[in-house]
Amino acid sequence: MWRRPFPWFIIAAALLYALYPYFTDDVGLRESLLLAAVYIVMASNLNLVIGYAGYVNFGNIVFFGLGGYICLYLVTALHWNVIPAAFVGGVAVSALALLFGLGILRLRGAFFALATIGVNQAIQQLVVNFEPWGGATGIYLSLDSYGSLGGPMQALWTTYLLIVVVTAASLLASYAVRNSKFGLGLLAIGENEDAASVLGVPTPLYKAMVYSASAFLPAIAGGLYFFKSGIIEPSSAFNLQTSIEAIVMVMLGGSGTILGPALGAFLYEELRGFLLTAQSFSQFQLVIAGALLLLIVQFVPGGLLGWVHQHWPKTRRWLE
Amino acid sequence: MIGILASIIDGILIGAVYGLAAMGLTLIWGVMNVINLAHGAIVVIGMFVLYTVANMLGLHPYGAVPLMIVFGFVVGIALYWVGVHRMIGRPELMSLLSTFALNMVLIGLGTAWWTTSPYNVQVSVPSVSWQGYTFTGTHITAAVLAVVIAGLLYLLLYHTRIGKAVRAVATNREAAELCAIPTTQVLAMAFGLGVALAGVSGTLIATMFPFTVLSGEAYQLKSFVVTVLGGLGNPAGALMGGIALGLVEGLATPFMPVSWIPIVEFGLFVFCLIAFPRGIFSFTKA
Amino acid sequence: MKKTFYLAAAAMLLIACPAFAQETITIGFTSSQTGALNNDSTAQMRGIELWRDDVNAKGGLKLGGKSYTVKLVSYDDESQNTRVQQLYTRLITQDKAQFLISPYSSGLVATAAIISEQYGKVMITTGGALEKTYQLGNKNLFQLYTGSSQYLAGALVALKEKNPKPRVAFVYEDDPFSKSVVAAVRDTAKKDGDVIAVDESYAGSTTDFSPVINKAISAKADALLGGGHYADGATLARQLHEQKAGVKWVTLLVAPDSPKFAELGDSAVGISVPSQWEPQAAFKPDFGPTVPAFTKAFTDKYKIAPAYHAAGGYAAGLILQHAMEKADSIDQAKVAAQLNAMDVTTFFGRTKFSTDPKSHGLQVGHDMVLAQWQKKDGKLVKEVIWPKAAKTAEALY
Repeated sequence: MWRRPFPWFIIAAALLYALYPYFTDDVGLRESLLLAAVYIVMASNLNLVIGYAGYVNFGNIVFFGLGGYICLYLVTALHWNVIPAAFVGGVAVSALALLFGLGILRLRGAFFALATIGVNQAIQQLVVNFEPWGGATGIYLSLDSYGSLGGPMQALWTTYLLIVVVTAASLLASYAVRNSKFGLGLLAIGENEDAASVLGVPTPLYKAMVYSASAFLPAIAGGLYFFKSGIIEPSSAFNLQTSIEAIVMVMLGGSGTILGPALGAFLYEELRGFLLTAQSFSQFQLVIAGALLLLIVQFVPGGLLGWVHQHWPKTRRWLE
Repeated sequence: MIGILASIIDGILIGAVYGLAAMGLTLIWGVMNVINLAHGAIVVIGMFVLYTVANMLGLHPYGAVPLMIVFGFVVGIALYWVGVHRMIGRPELMSLLSTFALNMVLIGLGTAWWTTSPYNVQVSVPSVSWQGYTFTGTHITAAVLAVVIAGLLYLLLYHTRIGKAVRAVATNREAAELCAIPTTQVLAMAFGLGVALAGVSGTLIATMFPFTVLSGEAYQLKSFVVTVLGGLGNPAGALMGGIALGLVEGLATPFMPVSWIPIVEFGLFVFCLIAFPRGIFSFTKA
Repeated sequence: MKKTFYLAAAAMLLIACPAFAQETITIGFTSSQTGALNNDSTAQMRGIELWRDDVNAKGGLKLGGKSYTVKLVSYDDESQNTRVQQLYTRLITQDKAQFLISPYSSGLVATAAIISEQYGKVMITTGGALEKTYQLGNKNLFQLYTGSSQYLAGALVALKEKNPKPRVAFVYEDDPFSKSVVAAVRDTAKKDGDVIAVDESYAGSTTDFSPVINKAISAKADALLGGGHYADGATLARQLHEQKAGVKWVTLLVAPDSPKFAELGDSAVGISVPSQWEPQAAFKPDFGPTVPAFTKAFTDKYKIAPAYHAAGGYAAGLILQHAMEKADSIDQAKVAAQLNAMDVTTFFGRTKFSTDPKSHGLQVGHDMVLAQWQKKDGKLVKEVIWPKAAKTAEALY
């Protein structure tokens, strides 16, 4: 994989993404880039399940939220450093995803989608009632927690860099899976699951693996993101709307491709950020996003990248 | 003991309205295999129709009910042509996303117009008191109207030609086409019908509780649970499923903190999805 | 010759002008113009804006030999935590706000406090009583409201004057503020050996209270203490009345203090509320407007009487102004030092901040009153029923 140019391209882009705001000391830019990076992580990992295997995970935010909770709990209650805490969060959520996945992955199509919503809502309510994790109030970080990273200002920069690392890892993982036997199996499942099964693809195993794998990096990103925010509470950690927006981003950029979800996430987040503060438009953010999605689904189901591939077939080679 | 009974009765009353809401969802799903993720937004439209009729136009609140049925039908047909028509026959993800996009547009417009602040419509109907517990008049009226409308739907589906056409298309679209049934128009009408049902349930809910533009989401989730309980495409099952859900809520409330009830609901939901994909009430599918 | 003379004179005047030019000082905050908190947050914002208008009408702030016009930059946080985070970051990094005022409601204040502390900016908090926020090791937070643990203390005392052994129901919103208020009064009730008939929290978005009201009826509760913010409080009050719950004493947080609560008509009679300030208060201010002056100015401008949310907003600006004037500068450290040293009385009451690092910024000088809606000559009015020193009417039971 490292002999092809594409992975290096990702690494170069990530370096630029990370270091540009650092050297220009532009905090405002860093904030919006950080948010975009988090969404890229969510979208590209979601793509593994939606774009490759064809299973719509409506409740994908549950990985992000649980990862955040585990990380913050370890940091506040057990005084861990954020880096191992986030990593442990990732591992724990992956394991949980494997468990849940075994149960709900036998459902097909829309039933699976609804089940993922059910899982998200049930977990959200469990957390609301779980006092050690702050219940409905959530967990508040005290400012000393930033001490281990050298104080709040330094910690914000470090967290940003770490999130960009996770983002790059997501894209590289996407690429690696795509070009592996595992990835081929997933694509086969996405095309026609029964045929794939008959042809010898170990479908239950692959589905469970991809579902669990798609939880790992978003959980770490969740831990880092909520650490930087200093607060986590159930309504924002398990917000179904954000979950569905992740799907929009995947579709916008081009489901099943590698750069597509990243592009979709970036564009969508920039649009949102702009609409957020442009007073007259903030109400219309949802309308514009919805209209955009409607047009894409009806006329350009391949998303941005799909459209580019259609009109300029040569780009299929290098623009994945 | 009486407290538990009162709780159960209250649960059943609200459950009837849940059932009405879910009927719209299950009808659309059963007829055209589309999961309408704009369901919540339409419930909200129903709520604001009540607000407009009662507070802004000063008419009698329950007059909004027939108004909403007609309005909902028209809006439903419009939504069908805008967002759903091209999705028929395509993979499920597409129709999920398409209806979700419609949802975003509708909620976005609603937020722009009414903002996310709470609204309330005061409806005074005499209530019934019993052994110290009061069942508010609005709850009773809403439940009664829900059952009446469900009955009307049954008559429509089983004793009119249009109903027959809808059922035919739901069973086998190509065969219906061969029988010279204009399937596209029937699909549009079925969608309109589903939307009308969802909308009028919103109107009834608004007579009971305050609401915001975002209230629809909770009812959409409840409608999913009810639909799964009652079986896809089975309106009678939906009504029973709704009452069953209301019953579960009513039974559980005296015994556990109110905040635990959604866990019970969603747990039940996931359980039913895995264990009873055809719904618990599928044996009553007519 | 003449021409060059005039040209030179004009040039000199132009160079001299900047000395008379007004500088601006930017104060940033968010308010919940939409969403569930909009009713009380808008009142708070109006209080802040009234203060800005009063200051600028007198020519702005005169500090360190310069004159500053007060400029407010605010955004709509839609009553949501995530918006608060993004907007306060924007206020600091892009709008370059020099000082901050908090949003309304303890939950949002806590979120904003993280951002203000991360960037080291002084923030006056108003509209937030939760004490936990000040126990996380902050350096630049200053709280105006009395802490949440005090909220229902007075209500319990006033209730016991009417019924020494009440059966109490705690029905409250599941949010940090309401939970901490009830936690404090629950401890007191347990120590006194009172019967706690119901003890349940509900999600802030709840609109159907009949299950929990039925529980209160089953448990034969005499008194109900709790609530949360405006939307749920008003709904709870209305449904208690509709369901004829028969509870003799109801104290709800926040909601009944707003003038809008009177719209509930008969549902509002007898409902009491712990209040940070009432227009009937008799404080003698060290500086700033008197109570009647503030009440009149607010009512004239906004055509509605001020409740404590609006008073808190105005007081936030006033206290910040006083600190800046005493420091005679806009330097963060100097202003913070003045705030730490402050012990004054304004129309809002006494203001003194804790300087103990474990609870920095906590308000330790301010007291609360208990107000109740009663019918006077057929109209609904708010009367102060506790403490005795501030009483304007007897409590209804």
